[in-house]
Amino acid sequence: MDRRKSIKILGLTTVGTGLLLESCQQGGSDKQTAEATADEIKKLPGVQAFEAERNNQLNSERFFDDHEMSTITLLADIIIPKDEFSESASKAGVPAFIEFMVKDIPEYKLPMRGGLKWLDIQCLKRNSKVFIDCDEKQQLSMLDEIAYPLKAKPEMQQGVAFFSLMRNLTASGFFTSEIGVKDIGYVGNRPQLWEGVPADVLQQYGFTENT
Amino acid sequence: MKTIEIQEQEQIYDAIIVGSGAGGGMAGYVLAKAGLKVLMLEAGPFFDPAKDALQLRWPWESPRRGASTIRPFGDFDAAYGGWQLDGEPYSTAEGTDFQWFRARMLGGRTNHWGRISLRMGPDDFQPTDGVTDAWPITYDEVKPFYDKVDRMIGVYGTVEGIRNEPDGIFLKPPKPRLNELFIKQGAKKAGVTVIAGRGSVLTEALPGVEGRGTCFYCGQCGRSCKVYADFSSSSCLVIPAMKTNNLKVVDNAMVREVLTNSDGLATGVSYVDTTNLQEYSVKGKLVILGASACESARLLLNSKSQAHPGGLANSSGLVGRYLHDSTGSSMSGFLPQLMERKRYNEDGTGSVHIYSPWWLDNKKLNFPRGYHIEYGGGLHMPSYGFLDWVPNVNGKVPDKNGAKKERGGYGVSLKNDYRRFYGANVGMAGRGTALAHKDNYCEIDPNKVDKFGIPVLRFNYKWGKEEVAQAKHMQETFQEVMHQMGAIVTSPTYGPETSYGLEAPGKIIHEGGTVRMGDDPKTSVLNKWCQSHDCKNLFVVDAGPFVQQGDKNLTWTILALSMRTAEHILEQRSKLNI
Repeated sequence: MDRRKSIKILGLTTVGTGLLLESCQQGGSDKQTAEATADEIKKLPGVQAFEAERNNQLNSERFFDDHEMSTITLLADIIIPKDEFSESASKAGVPAFIEFMVKDIPEYKLPMRGGLKWLDIQCLKRNSKVFIDCDEKQQLSMLDEIAYPLKAKPEMQQGVAFFSLMRNLTASGFFTSEIGVKDIGYVGNRPQLWEGVPADVLQQYGFTENT
Repeated sequence: MKTIEIQEQEQIYDAIIVGSGAGGGMAGYVLAKAGLKVLMLEAGPFFDPAKDALQLRWPWESPRRGASTIRPFGDFDAAYGGWQLDGEPYSTAEGTDFQWFRARMLGGRTNHWGRISLRMGPDDFQPTDGVTDAWPITYDEVKPFYDKVDRMIGVYGTVEGIRNEPDGIFLKPPKPRLNELFIKQGAKKAGVTVIAGRGSVLTEALPGVEGRGTCFYCGQCGRSCKVYADFSSSSCLVIPAMKTNNLKVVDNAMVREVLTNSDGLATGVSYVDTTNLQEYSVKGKLVILGASACESARLLLNSKSQAHPGGLANSSGLVGRYLHDSTGSSMSGFLPQLMERKRYNEDGTGSVHIYSPWWLDNKKLNFPRGYHIEYGGGLHMPSYGFLDWVPNVNGKVPDKNGAKKERGGYGVSLKNDYRRFYGANVGMAGRGTALAHKDNYCEIDPNKVDKFGIPVLRFNYKWGKEEVAQAKHMQETFQEVMHQMGAIVTSPTYGPETSYGLEAPGKIIHEGGTVRMGDDPKTSVLNKWCQSHDCKNLFVVDAGPFVQQGDKNLTWTILALSMRTAEHILEQRSKLNI
């Protein structure tokens, strides 16, 4: 349903329609997202001053060095690569998101930095190269040892813990970006009428009524 | 040292209200509408959902994508505050636990609550279990006020005729979402009643109420509503009351003490402006506390005088005692039959679409009273961590081609798993009656003050065997409902080592009981009108007066009792000399 039409149908002409329309605008020219830039983070109305200050303070700091960021970027794109439906994690701004999150949740700093180092040391032992300099086959064979918790060897457990954190951060960053929200198929966050489960879906699951 | 000048205001207000949440907001609304000159003091900043709500924002508009680093329910949640406030600590006695949630803002915690609006029933006011204490009032005495709150603020639901789950004057409830249809099916097989939810959201226009829009189903009540379609004290009570010009709100005003005269009567309050640390005192003929159960108790205990040496209204020694929250335990899982489900907008309301009122007879159970169940899951807006569960369970079901998958992974196969599992999740949470015990209490910590120099609270709270037994029962029930609807449980198994997943006291944010009402001044702090036995021009209108809450989330009862108290004040004006 067309947004303006749905607003009209819902009778939202009395209060705050302007605000609603403003808030509904998705994308457009004003793409001031937190992704991939160290620009000032836009303070939204209702965000408290100390929150905005903290956001910008964190954003102005830098935690990961260039090598670490390159490794994070490569790992993120291995975890969520481009496919026939959408772009890769790095295209969706995941590395910058991870850089922000470890400063926001400082308990992630050590496991991430240490985990990246653990990964490089493992690769050096095996292939005499750090992870990003290994060839694709070497990289994937390394990850296969830490990406599957139930079949990982006991001596790989630290790697499993690191990879789980990296995987979660990547999925969070990707599927909460504009690209990712579209990919996962979330179609809400806009005015609508809710009249229950659509008829074809009810039928698909064998329900005869929607109450 | 520089002297601190206390700025005294000469105006004598008819009433001073401390706090702007459900209780304070309702009292302010009723009194201001009746023409009284009312001053409302709020410890946090002014907040108007129309301007300040983060409703309809997208996850990428938060640098942390809605993570709960700053705000406990995420970056877009409406509550300014949380379980810890910078510079405003509290302590807990050794071996006990309590988590105290405070929202410092106009409207308090009503800006972000779940809008689940349940009436306590006849057996909640006059229990028959032989364990819990009776209130000095009955359901029939409160019913007219519940009715008025329904008409004034609005609540959706269905008339069910369940004795201890009294029906209200209902707007139409939202239809169930897909996973909720499966829950209803599973619960029925498990012998658990499920009925339409009861939420204070305007699913249709409320007759006689102006200035509020109707729900447009974004599912974001927790962010507060820009069109005032749900109940927040800010949007529905305080801001409308300000329009009468009889209610003045001073925000960022942290009240230090209730001031009394040599007769022991309240004369006003002193407060500190939190923005510039200036000290003020204001005068009122009445003082009404709605600062929240624990904050009101703290204020009373900190208001010592010759007439009230143990703290104001505390001749019984019971201020702070009988503190009780709700019990809470939960389980989550997913429905394999909902994998790869069709996408459509099922945001719905931000309150519950369905719930299970307490359905059992306690005679055969090892705990008194009961709990209700709230349900969740579905195609909700992406936010930080919302898919973390997927790599933990993707080995539990075959892939698209029927082959066994290994848990975890990466690459296109994992990317597809996130898509396949999204929206198939389902969750349930019990909210039950925790017993009000004299030995569970808050008191003034003798050694600590906050950044304003105000002595802080120390909590002493332990769950008893009844609450643990209730949580065990919840887990068994959830397991059965999950099983009956064919769900796979993804949350940990909570056994005796975790008290069956029983949340810490305070975590459900339903605390009450600290200034209980009663007929006997020796065993209660307030009379049945929420008026202090010791100080007749002092009232408390938050959840402090609750003798014993039921398993019904307490906001609707706070509203009804505050309205009842405010109307009583209006009737008694001459006797109270206002």
